[in-house]
Amino acid sequence: MLTIQNYKKAESLEDAWTLNQRRGSVILGGMLWLKMGKRTVQTAIDLSGLRLDRIEETPEGWSIGCMTTLRQLELHKGLNAYTNGAVREAVRHIVGVQFRNLATVGGSVWGRFGFSDVCTLLLALDSYVELYKGGNVPLVDFLTREKDRDVLVRVIVKRTPGTFLYRSVRGSQTDFPVLACAAVLVPAENGDRLRLSVGARPGRAVLFQEEAVFRGPISEADAAAFGKAAAEHIATGSNLRGSAEYRSHLIQVLAARAALELGGADRC
Amino acid sequence: MLISITLNGKKITSDVSPDALLLDWARAQGCKSVKRGCETANCGLCTVFLDDEPVLSCSVLAVRADGRRVTTLEGLQEEAREFAGFIADQGAEQCGFCNPGFVMNALALFRENPDPSVDEIKEFLAGNLCRCSGYEGQTRGILNYLAWKKARGGEGAAT
Repeated sequence: MLTIQNYKKAESLEDAWTLNQRRGSVILGGMLWLKMGKRTVQTAIDLSGLRLDRIEETPEGWSIGCMTTLRQLELHKGLNAYTNGAVREAVRHIVGVQFRNLATVGGSVWGRFGFSDVCTLLLALDSYVELYKGGNVPLVDFLTREKDRDVLVRVIVKRTPGTFLYRSVRGSQTDFPVLACAAVLVPAENGDRLRLSVGARPGRAVLFQEEAVFRGPISEADAAAFGKAAAEHIATGSNLRGSAEYRSHLIQVLAARAALELGGADRC
Repeated sequence: MLISITLNGKKITSDVSPDALLLDWARAQGCKSVKRGCETANCGLCTVFLDDEPVLSCSVLAVRADGRRVTTLEGLQEEAREFAGFIADQGAEQCGFCNPGFVMNALALFRENPDPSVDEIKEFLAGNLCRCSGYEGQTRGILNYLAWKKARGGEGAAT
């Protein structure tokens, strides 16, 4: 059971940061995961008054406030147009609308949960985390860091060229994924490159970037080779939802399918 | 902590502990349609509208609803009566335990999308668990309700 001794609505980021330096303080996101644990929180810090519950489009990309809900991500036209609907696909399986109206992007990213569809998705994009004291950090670096007492302010997604796709495998519709992957086909002058983010391994999401350059449509043989390489490079583990062997097999299949869907003859 | 919430159109001021849940606060105000089901944010039984958005009241601190509008099924009697009655007449549910949360979220769906497809219905209501209907009866009931509304000349189920 979650016990909270004090609740404080932060009046500024400095206020939130200062409160968060005290042991026993916790910054509230959507509170969905926090509530599941047995712990006593001395001071619960609420950022909901800081106007961080919005997605702002800039010439460079998008700024996603930490209190933005997963439902806002799901319905955001600009982000979904840019990612070919991958954003919506990544979050639409997460429990239900009522849950996604509460769960926040900041909570998902700060938690660095292995099962996180949000982290898996954002890792495949050109994403950065803005920390109040720590400045902008590439998400790929942030995900490997240990938690400290900084404040995650927003996630920044840069608009870089690419075609995106998101796929996940679940035992049942609204459960955590057994495996999740986001793929990007990045165009370059000398050919296309594929980038793959794999989450729910069950560890934290990791990136795999194939060195191979694809010139012209990706063949079935190329896609199969990409899938095999991804499965060999990405470490998997076992838990109640699936074994390491099963997950590695899923990586091979999903990566190959992603390659064909993004760059196969049907797409070119 | 002193909070002030507009519950079903009526402003209520209460003294609550920092960890009091909106679910318990709503029930303490007499809104017994808000039920405690799984308490793990999965079943949808505790659905209320927070500023018109469906949320799980088992996962919201009452203090976070301070200054906001909370609507429960008790506050949506006019809007809910027709749909809930139709679902009952259709025999679309069995035990009915999940009904309040299901009706709340279905109304949220109709407000957002007055003419949903079967896939859109299933996706929107995925967060409402029903242990006995298998969802087929509910889906059929919703589709029949929407068809009935259309036949009456309405634009879908929007109220």
